[in-house]
Amino acid sequence: MRYDTLIIGGGLSGLVCGLQLQQAGRKTAIVSAGQNAMHFSSGAFGLLSRLEDGTPVDEPLTVLDKLGPDHPYTKIGPEKMAALLHTVKPFFAQAGIPLAGEESRNSFLITPTGNGKRVWLALDDMTLLPDGDSAFGSKALIVNLKGYLDFNTSFLAEGLERRGMKCRIEAVELPEMNRLRSNPTEMRSVNIARVMDGGEAWKHLVAAVNRLITDEDTVILPAVFGFADGAVIQAIREGIRVRTVFIGTMPPSVPGIRSQMRLKKAFELAGGTMLLGDQATAPVFRGSRLESLGTVNLGEVRLEADHYVMATGSFFSKGLWATPQRVEEPLLGLDLYAPEDRNRWYATDFFAPQEYIAFGARTDAGFHPLRGGQALENVYAIGSLLGGCNAVQMGCGAGIAILTALAVADRIINE
Amino acid sequence: MQEQNLSKNNFEQCIKCTICTAYCPVVQVNPLYPGPKQAGPDGERFRLRDPFFYDENLKYCMNCKRCENACPSGVRIADIIHTARMKYSHHTPSLRDRILAGTDFMGKVARPVAPLVNAIVGTKAAKAGMDAFLGVDKHRTFPKYRFKGFESWFRHKAPDQNRFPRQVAFFHGCSTEYQHPEVGKAFVRVMNALGYGVQLLDEECCGVAMISNGLWKQARAHARHNVQAFEKTDLPIVTTASTCTFTMRDEYPEILGVDNKSVRDRIVLAEKFIFSLLDRGEVRLVFRKDFKARVAYHIPCHMEKLGWSIFTRELLGRIPGLDLTVLDSGCCGMAGTYGFKKENYAYSQEIGRPLMERIRLLDPDYVTSECDTCKWQIEMSTGVSVRNPILILADALDLDACRKINCGTEAE
Repeated sequence: MRYDTLIIGGGLSGLVCGLQLQQAGRKTAIVSAGQNAMHFSSGAFGLLSRLEDGTPVDEPLTVLDKLGPDHPYTKIGPEKMAALLHTVKPFFAQAGIPLAGEESRNSFLITPTGNGKRVWLALDDMTLLPDGDSAFGSKALIVNLKGYLDFNTSFLAEGLERRGMKCRIEAVELPEMNRLRSNPTEMRSVNIARVMDGGEAWKHLVAAVNRLITDEDTVILPAVFGFADGAVIQAIREGIRVRTVFIGTMPPSVPGIRSQMRLKKAFELAGGTMLLGDQATAPVFRGSRLESLGTVNLGEVRLEADHYVMATGSFFSKGLWATPQRVEEPLLGLDLYAPEDRNRWYATDFFAPQEYIAFGARTDAGFHPLRGGQALENVYAIGSLLGGCNAVQMGCGAGIAILTALAVADRIINE
Repeated sequence: MQEQNLSKNNFEQCIKCTICTAYCPVVQVNPLYPGPKQAGPDGERFRLRDPFFYDENLKYCMNCKRCENACPSGVRIADIIHTARMKYSHHTPSLRDRILAGTDFMGKVARPVAPLVNAIVGTKAAKAGMDAFLGVDKHRTFPKYRFKGFESWFRHKAPDQNRFPRQVAFFHGCSTEYQHPEVGKAFVRVMNALGYGVQLLDEECCGVAMISNGLWKQARAHARHNVQAFEKTDLPIVTTASTCTFTMRDEYPEILGVDNKSVRDRIVLAEKFIFSLLDRGEVRLVFRKDFKARVAYHIPCHMEKLGWSIFTRELLGRIPGLDLTVLDSGCCGMAGTYGFKKENYAYSQEIGRPLMERIRLLDPDYVTSECDTCKWQIEMSTGVSVRNPILILADALDLDACRKINCGTEAE
């Protein structure tokens, strides 16, 4: 089976790259073994929140020269970075994912513990603030749905009170939720969102919240709305008589799943092929070129392509695999940034920057991954498979996923 | 992924991410079902400690495998659930469960009196009776038994088959034998046009309905019989039904513990087999010029798990005059015998509702699907007819021209 480009990995990076290529008329397939980290999304994308030494960043483009030579942004280059940044919002918008936020300046997302987190762009459920510490209302009514355990209202209230906001916590009991509540293990974000998507339940919620409001100027709700369709989010915002702010919950992330479903849908509508629940395997190389791949499900039928894109992710998605002895890239056996000495993998202080987060594939300046020291000329590596920077410490994971995907798609299209 | 696991317990790969619960069709509609994470890896931890923690509500799992397809950690969630049912359930299958599970036995009994059986089970009185006394939901329409089965039709064709230069073995399954012999006939016509003769096997029902209904011993006996029957030939074992295929390839070893290594890789769905021949340039297809149809493709859950819908899409996509819409992947709610049961009927219809609404909106000439129980559910719920892809292929191909191109004159 032959494609122009074959992408391994169907997370944020693989989907963005696939959609860009497919829309440019390239016949593209994505092999995806299981669902992805979008299901854990905070609702916002980080571009560059801190430098490696922890210095906070307000305008990411102005500090690109402070990044190391191995950072993916350095490989993309400052001019290309600036050009790509302007394409991100329109790209997501045409896939049905409107993004809020300024392209060249970081904003702040309110975390589930009420802290401010530096981010770049956010899904339209989320509210972005210009700074991290000040109050965004004088009195807040925090409303949970009775029986929902993945939204910790008292942690949130504590955080908001530190900003000088007065908080009151209430829980709403809706008859539509009784069915879900009878099964406590399944009273989860996604199931709530499904109930709220159709019918009258959201109207009952709005009415109940309006009855609870006394002198509050802000209502806070968990981000558990709009699974298939984001329209209900806007309807709730318009229905509640004061400003409504949605806050992220424990996984699964409703905004994240909705966005990944839209990217996948846009990719398929453009004519792309998704091989979901399948695992790439058995690569055949000729010199420095990858000739073909197999998959577990397709058996003897081989997949061939002009270009291959490795978007297999990090440890969570098994793009990287750690044994007690070593860290490896299981599909192609790529060269990694990963020391052999196991004692250097992690810091014993849990909250210190962990070195293993920076593990990942080594590539040349054009994102061709190295294998046995040699660059694979028709293979690219993108997203969190890339090593060379601590994306958790620097808050640049989503930015790397999106921008390396777009940069590599451009290279393939213009080759 | 098990080979990369440090523990022999596959459930320990679960990192509690809850992604599976977002894709389970049952938890969305049935509060009695604990959900794949709780029923599978979470519950297994407790059950290993003490079987007391087994929850009979695991029976609500439809075994659609969508949780396994979604899991990023390679946990075989549905396998864990069904193995637990087998090990710990105290539920004894009822008469109803035995009747539903005995797809081939019931076929044999019903066939000699097929018109009578069809007429009786179609009446309101019989439906009410089965609902009240057996627990088979009265809203269900039973597929009609045929007086003359596929095998008796094939007997007249068998002598011709040896004249073809290449051969395949055909596992037709119960519904082709008893209810939809036209599927088997189309398969033979298509294979002959590709230059392949068809041989039958000494097959028994794949046993999937026995697995669903807790008749483990019988299911295992069928599995052993089929594996032995398949071992007697070296031919590819080609099928037209996705669930039989999936069951014989994966459920035999994973759930029933029946070793099928000697035959597994030879068991293949017709669409994959034909695609592979085309991919290797071994056959060519010639299509009729006057074929026209608007078709919607419903991918059955087990087809998703096999990961083979791409072959059906590729094959149907080559038919000029065929306007193909691939429906958003979602369970139809039938899950074999599950939807026939009175206690599941409402859930079954609720699970299938989005799919049915989409089909009604599209209003295609017909729906295509590799699974016969999906067919029954979609036809009953929408009135749109459902055809196996092999029937479409048989209609769209210029069979004579194909035969000439693929085997010259030697077979004629």
